[in-house]
Parts: sequence; structure tokens; C-alpha cells
Amino acid sequence: MDARSENEPTPIKNSTTVEQTSEREIVVTRTFNAPARIVFQAWTTPELFKQWWLPKSMGMSLLSCEMDVRTGGKYVLVFGPASNPTPFYGRYIEVTPHARLVWTNDESDHGAVTTVTFEEQGDTTLLVLHELYPSKEAFEAEHGMEEAMGETFAQLDELLITLG
Amino acid sequence: MVQCESTRLDASFAALSDATRRGVLEQLGRKDASITDLAEKFRMTLTGMKKHVGVLEQAGLVTTEKVGRVRTCKLGPLRLDQETAWIEGYRQLWAARFDELDKIVERLKQKEKVHGRKK
Repeated sequence: MDARSENEPTPIKNSTTVEQTSEREIVVTRTFNAPARIVFQAWTTPELFKQWWLPKSMGMSLLSCEMDVRTGGKYVLVFGPASNPTPFYGRYIEVTPHARLVWTNDESDHGAVTTVTFEEQGDTTLLVLHELYPSKEAFEAEHGMEEAMGETFAQLDELLITLG
Repeated sequence: MVQCESTRLDASFAALSDATRRGVLEQLGRKDASITDLAEKFRMTLTGMKKHVGVLEQAGLVTTEKVGRVRTCKLGPLRLDQETAWIEGYRQLWAARFDELDKIVERLKQKEKVHGRKK
């Protein structure tokens, strides 16, 4: 039997695609069934942002979330658990309402600059997120140890190494 | 550069979600083995091991060949390289986030319908 099961019901969820476009850039694309202003609002309002940025499957929680969403404004996200809080912070370097958000990731010197664009297409919004790292080495340092992937992927990595 | 073939990968990741199956792959990475060998090694019934090998085979991670009465297993044609693995992990993270974001967006849309647009 083929592993590609064509008979599976088509999910209603829009698909998320990821493409590595250069040795220091990765692009995530997703369509939302709403106008750009609504999607933008969910990204820039802390109370809303908190509800989706760390899905339960990640096994982490957002202890606090401060976002001063305007050009030059700062943000600080603190990931749990409370016994081992991890802060993520940076600055918004461009904020164009309903269209474009650009921020830095300043917790390390290999942090990426993240650009999110919201492009309205009829009743939907095409969201494109770019992460541009300062160098190839920085990219590898961040993604070689993708903490967010969790244990499964760490185990998989080990397995792949043993399989050589 | 790298685009995900997500359905193919879903089968692989499902196959890899089990400790015994990961062990089998590791074992086959060293040398080919029969189902009987593997069943003994993992202290399992032949039927149980056949099921595990079947899942790995469907995912393309293992191939088997029957010679006489012995079915020999070896690593399959599908090798997940590390690059593909982390990209798929990254994609799953964003997909999970965006599925949650969908819910928020839906709620905001409903609110707007009821209360009308602000400003």
C-alpha cells in the first residue's frame, strides 16, 4: 500500500507551507479566512496573541507577554514552565497596520529578523512570514537545535545520526 | 530549496513514534535481519514484530524480501535526511500555531458581525 493515502478526508484547515529560500532564510506561508485587519489584530493584541502563540501540543506556556506594537516599540515574551522561565525579546522595527510587521529577536546574537506580511486576497488573507538570520552559521545554530520541536524530534535526530 | 512532502512525512513520523520501531530501524542500520531475529531481539511474538515491520514498510523506511521461508528486512529507500526532518518539525510547529490562530480569527469575525466594525 502506498503511504500517501488519497482517501483521507480533506481537512478544512488551510495548509501551512515552509520553504527554506536561502542558507539564512526560511519562509512560512498560510492563508486565513478573514480580512487582514482581523488577522493583524490577533497578532498585535497581547491578550489574543497569548491564546495561540504556544499551542498546547508544544507543552509550554506563555507566562507573560508584553508588546508595544509600534515602530521602535519593544516586546518581551516569557515562556514557561515557571520553574524555568525563558524570556524572548526584541524590537518592532516596522509596524504598518493590517499589512506588515517586522521585529528583531535580540535574546542572542544569532537571532533572526522576522517579517510578517498580511495580504488581503478577496475574503482571505495570505500571511507570509520570513525569518532572515544574520548568517548561515546563525541559521544553523538556531535550527540545528530547534527546542520547540520537542522530544520527538530530538529523538529522531539521534536516530538519524545512528542510521548515518 | 526544500519543500515538504507532508503526507509522505506524516507516515514516516507515525512510524517513528514507537520506540520498538525506532529500535528496529537502528538494528537494521547495523545489519539486515529476519523477522524472527527481530522478534527475538525485542522479545516479542512473530505476529507483533510483523505488524511493526509492516508499518515501517508502508512508510518506506524498511523493505522486506522473502527468500525460502525467511523474510529478511533491510532499511528502505526512504531516508529522512536531517534537513527534511527539522523543516517538517518547524512546519508542524507553525501549523499548530496557525490552527489556534484560526480559532481566534473566527471569534473576532463573529464579534464583528454582531457588534459591527469598530471605528
